[in-house]
Amino acid sequence: MTADPRAADRRTALPLDPSLAPPGTRGFRDAGGIPADQWHADQNGETLVPTHCCFCGVQCGMYLRVDRGGKVFGVEPRNHDINRMRLCPKGINAYQQVNHPDRLTAPLMRRSRDEDFQEVSWDEALDFTVSEIKRIQQAHGNDAFGLLGGASLFSEKTYLVGKFARVALRTRHVDYNGRLCMVSAAGANKLAFGIDRAGNPFSDILLTDCLLIAGSNVGECFPVLTQYVWGARDRGATLIVIDPRETAIARTADIHVALKPGTDSAFFNSVLSVIIAEGLTDEAYLDAHATGWDEVRAKAAEYPPSRAADICGVPAEQIVQVARAFARAPKAMAWHARGIEHHSQGVENCLTVINLCAATGHIGKPGAGYGTLTGQGNGQGGREHGQKSDLLPGGRSILNEEHRRQICEIWGIEESELPAAGTSMMEMVWQMQRREIRGLIGICNNPFVSLPNYRVVKEGYDATEFHAQFDFFLSETAANAHVVFPVTTWAEDEGVMANAEARVVKHNKAQDPPPGVRTDTWVMCELARRLGAGDKFAFADSRAVFDELRTASAGTVIDYYGITYERLEETGGIAWPCPATDHPGTPRLFEDGRTYHPDGRIHMQVVEWHPPMDPYDDEHPMSLTTGRTVAHFLSGNQTRRLGALVEQTPRPWAEVHPSHGFRNGEPVRVVTRRGSEVFPALVTEAIRPDTVFIPYHWPVPTSANALTIDALDPRSKIPEYKVCACRIEHAEKIDEVPSPPVAPGHVAYPETQVSRTDPLPPTSPQGRGTSERS
Amino acid sequence: MMGRTIFIDPGRCIGCQACVSACRECDSHRGKSMIHLDYTDEGSSVASLPTVCMHCEDPVAPCAEVCPADAILVTADGVVQQADTTRCIGCANCVNACPFGVPKIDLQAKLQMKCNLCYDRTAYGLAPMCATVCPTGALFYGTLEELQAERPGVQVADTFVFGESEVRTGVAMVVPADRVQWPVPGGLPVVEINGKDVRR
Repeated sequence: MTADPRAADRRTALPLDPSLAPPGTRGFRDAGGIPADQWHADQNGETLVPTHCCFCGVQCGMYLRVDRGGKVFGVEPRNHDINRMRLCPKGINAYQQVNHPDRLTAPLMRRSRDEDFQEVSWDEALDFTVSEIKRIQQAHGNDAFGLLGGASLFSEKTYLVGKFARVALRTRHVDYNGRLCMVSAAGANKLAFGIDRAGNPFSDILLTDCLLIAGSNVGECFPVLTQYVWGARDRGATLIVIDPRETAIARTADIHVALKPGTDSAFFNSVLSVIIAEGLTDEAYLDAHATGWDEVRAKAAEYPPSRAADICGVPAEQIVQVARAFARAPKAMAWHARGIEHHSQGVENCLTVINLCAATGHIGKPGAGYGTLTGQGNGQGGREHGQKSDLLPGGRSILNEEHRRQICEIWGIEESELPAAGTSMMEMVWQMQRREIRGLIGICNNPFVSLPNYRVVKEGYDATEFHAQFDFFLSETAANAHVVFPVTTWAEDEGVMANAEARVVKHNKAQDPPPGVRTDTWVMCELARRLGAGDKFAFADSRAVFDELRTASAGTVIDYYGITYERLEETGGIAWPCPATDHPGTPRLFEDGRTYHPDGRIHMQVVEWHPPMDPYDDEHPMSLTTGRTVAHFLSGNQTRRLGALVEQTPRPWAEVHPSHGFRNGEPVRVVTRRGSEVFPALVTEAIRPDTVFIPYHWPVPTSANALTIDALDPRSKIPEYKVCACRIEHAEKIDEVPSPPVAPGHVAYPETQVSRTDPLPPTSPQGRGTSERS
Repeated sequence: MMGRTIFIDPGRCIGCQACVSACRECDSHRGKSMIHLDYTDEGSSVASLPTVCMHCEDPVAPCAEVCPADAILVTADGVVQQADTTRCIGCANCVNACPFGVPKIDLQAKLQMKCNLCYDRTAYGLAPMCATVCPTGALFYGTLEELQAERPGVQVADTFVFGESEVRTGVAMVVPADRVQWPVPGGLPVVEINGKDVRR
């Protein structure tokens, strides 16, 4: 093997210099990476398949290492524009799930929940499913059957989920787990800008002078983005972090506002009041580009720092500091995530952040704007093409007659056949409890861990007469099903995802699926065929679905028409809207000062703060808040089986302040109005004394979501995960961490078993300091 | 001036352990990580710090110096290799000699293992796995000039004091610009013995 000196050159020239960063389309290319014909390829006869990580909304580029036998066996960093070789521990270990011993390789079936699963043929599983769908719909109407999709699916598959529900199942009840992710931000962006996506690419972070991060533990949830954050700081940008915990990002912030959970809108209103009082608003921008400013200004005046400081539990001076830093910066950006979105006023919280950007004119410029950090890989793309209960492909409204007509034409159905809008994911579970929905198919989701108020979720699912699940591991939810279809991982099919920048990237197939495993596309098409809608689902592969999706989105705000697989492979990603095949895409919005509302203006919205839905009282005086840990992803169905990640964080904990008198590792019972569970205490000064934090990746009896409240934001219907009332007590014994369910005939991965018996993590989880000093 | 090497910036470390996972993927010791993470101010902060082999230059690699089997090779470019499997006797002298607590002994294999700066990658112009993937840049591989071009005003130290001993290393540490820069305390700093400043 000969070394290619140019390979080294390419790596030393990583475009971290902001002037070389990719604010425009020129930067949208794979910046080289390791040539597949160099390095390992010569050494071991292996190939490197360029693709992206399957996990969060950053969508880091990576190569999967494939051996001579065609099996994925490793990962190699890829010099893609988004991540520039960087990967987090989840990304590095992701490949291990592809050929994991827990993979489901044959359909599982049982006729009642009293029976054990049996491995059956595909025909038997499909026939049983179709007969149950027909039985339930004939007896109780089409809407008695529901479909829940997932935002980790490729966009092609999410498009199919929406079409399958409306055309094959003919039900209005379809929704997806992105409902638990960033629909609040989506709702706010739609209200204010008429478009549902971040305004700026990640690379704009490098160009900003003031970066405000609200409710986002970037260090653990989007670790690769820290290079952009530090890059901005290297250039002297001010970093402001709003978070009740001192996270790794907050630790190095210039201003860390540790506000009380559930008080974000009061805080941001107050920041705006200071900006107004100090004459730091950009009146010329507001005159030319905004509506509603007078009302917003009047409302903000009701939140002087003295009042907001009481509500938020932070010093009034900090509010003034934040206002000055943000408004005085020549270019400022605000990025937020679930911390302000997972609330019963999640949409309003996001609107207050948008009001800040609009009032200061920090919109639509390099280094100035707003963004929302997507939790799931396709959290952005997953809702764009009809998987959400109220949306049709291209972000069209299912309530709009013109939009309905357009889609019916593409789908070849009568408008009368297209169902009305459905309900949200949590509401569907309540309907299952009430037996209004009696049958359900779940695709790529695990509500038993991810939905709040576990008891309600369990009751809802137990009440269904038929439940089928698509998954590649037997998730906690799949273990409740009657039929489980074994489907492909992200490495066994091709398709696109849209990341948090709305940059569409292409995932490539690295290996054939194991025998017995089918793609989600194949299963949906086959079910549709057996339901009599085969002619509408004659898709051979993802590419065929993508071509229909492109056409279906043409002319809408979410226009994918100009995006093709070939262009994605050449460019490394294209941001929508992209209406023509020679259009470069739209990485940054509103550069011409116009929004996507017909009047081209930002519609600023008045927000009144209201307390969280779960009231505090003497019995429940503290706030429980939840979040992620860097080693695990969402419900943990994928990551709780990977040895290295389990070893890193084998179990959840309850993070409490030293003032409560707990010793590190001691059992602490966290009690809410939904129930109580016992966790080892992680005693740290890095959290507010009135707040408890629990990571949510585990099932009962160590499930944060057995404790959280199923109150919803009235507009986005997102649950209020980030705050509920609780108390903490000393307990006798820590609850055992359950093993993930394993299908019959499979053996759980031994490495994970060993770690799971440990009462405490081998080290402090993710650098969360503990007060136990040795 | 130092050539291409690893620079550790504790101010950027988020404790994510991507370096630990990446090290495990490195072909030269696939399956085992040669990095560990330290939590420097437990209980009051989330601060963390990755520990990799510092590839000591002066005195030349204490681990190699004390090895009775001459199993630890120091290459001409200053990389302190992990023990030669045909020579290592698993005596753990190197573990005791290392001031940074880096080498590990696989007791079953009676073999020392440590970071070899991904010699299999760096020899071909690639960065070590840990520094390649480090999402925050807390581990940076390149020259000092490249580091400073990317992070204006950054200060680094490659000399550490352990009591009476000074150790100069091939791997450097980013230090706050407003703090004492030379040398950086490596262990518990002994400043004074019998009224005499032993640092100089």
